[in-house]
Amino acid sequence: MKTRVLIIEPSEVIVEGLKSLLEQQTRFKVLPPLYGLDALDERLISGKPDVIIANPTLSSQPGQLTGDTAVPVVALVYQYVEPVVLKRYDAAIDIRDNCGTIVDTLIRIVQSHEQAEHGRPASYELSRRETDVLVQVARGLTNKEIADSLNVSVHTVISHRKNIMHKTGIKSVAGLTVYAILNNLIDESALI
Amino acid sequence: MTAQLNDPSIKMGELITAHPELMTILQRMGIALGFGDRSVADVCQRHGVDPGFSLLICNVYSYAQYVPSREVILQTNMTGLVSYLRNSHHYYVSRQLPHIEHHLLHIAEQLPVRVSLVLHRFFDAYKAEVLAHFGHEDNTVFRHIEALQAGVSDTNYRMADFVDNHGNLEDKLNDLVQIIFKYLPESVTGDDTVDMVYDILMLSMDLNRHSLVEEKVMVPYVMHLERRVR
Repeated sequence: MKTRVLIIEPSEVIVEGLKSLLEQQTRFKVLPPLYGLDALDERLISGKPDVIIANPTLSSQPGQLTGDTAVPVVALVYQYVEPVVLKRYDAAIDIRDNCGTIVDTLIRIVQSHEQAEHGRPASYELSRRETDVLVQVARGLTNKEIADSLNVSVHTVISHRKNIMHKTGIKSVAGLTVYAILNNLIDESALI
Repeated sequence: MTAQLNDPSIKMGELITAHPELMTILQRMGIALGFGDRSVADVCQRHGVDPGFSLLICNVYSYAQYVPSREVILQTNMTGLVSYLRNSHHYYVSRQLPHIEHHLLHIAEQLPVRVSLVLHRFFDAYKAEVLAHFGHEDNTVFRHIEALQAGVSDTNYRMADFVDNHGNLEDKLNDLVQIIFKYLPESVTGDDTVDMVYDILMLSMDLNRHSLVEEKVMVPYVMHLERRVR
């Protein structure tokens, strides 16, 4: 299986350079790059990256980039970045690094991440975003209404709903409502 | 897969010992227990049930993989089909659902009011859904079959509509089981939780087999009748 890499970087020149460098290595599959943070939510779901390479000036909190996923984020450095910010990233690569170093760093980060993930039992626990969606589902909102209120696409809402069903084992809206009440996620006054 | 139970000369006592799940099937056909040494054919005839029909239903019920051939369907005497299906509905609504509800009420008593309120609501909505599902079949589908069996085609209903609209009643039962297994507060004690889950699993399995009878026996049989009675 190839390692799926998502690059988030405003400079097209840098993106193209990094992309061609990584594509020389058969083990990487470079996903269509993003030049900003728009549509990141959707791309995390549709692209399923194994690692993200992001310009740290786009976000000082890499945790915000990955949302509900646990994808490691590597900082792509070519200007000054606060060390405290850099430390929040899983690793950093500098564009002045040689090709071998960059590839090694990526492989190391993906492998250590896979090891950490391996053996970790799948959790029944819902992520924050899934909980947001669940609450709206229990309130009787449609996918479209939920998408609008959370500012994501309908596709993303459906994907969250699939995860919710998978984690809880509950398929019906009525059943999810009972779940939401049992877990104090909503008030009975919120029910129609 | 071919029919596994196809010998009407075996003892009914042996059949039911090997397949105790068929007890309720016999009950719905009006066949009383206490078979003595009698054969399947003998017991069925004493109760006015066609042995071939009885075995066909038993096969579909006990072997989920079994699909009766067109020949088997056309050769079987289906006089008892509608009453069997109606009796099954009656059994679910008047026996199994009240059992589950009884346990649910006891569980709900131990929960905060707001939770018990939603649980009640969940179950009431489910009951309404089941009643609507069966009501439609009792009043529309089965009447259509009875008319066809009497040689008249007086309704506009067609079996093709049934195939398109036949929803499943098991999903919400499974949701309830998941809620009990994973999300019920540990403070809930007593036997009602386990008893309720057993009752739900029985009903869920039964409903699943019931819909197999409808889809594998009733639908092809009635579609054949529809072609004949024009």
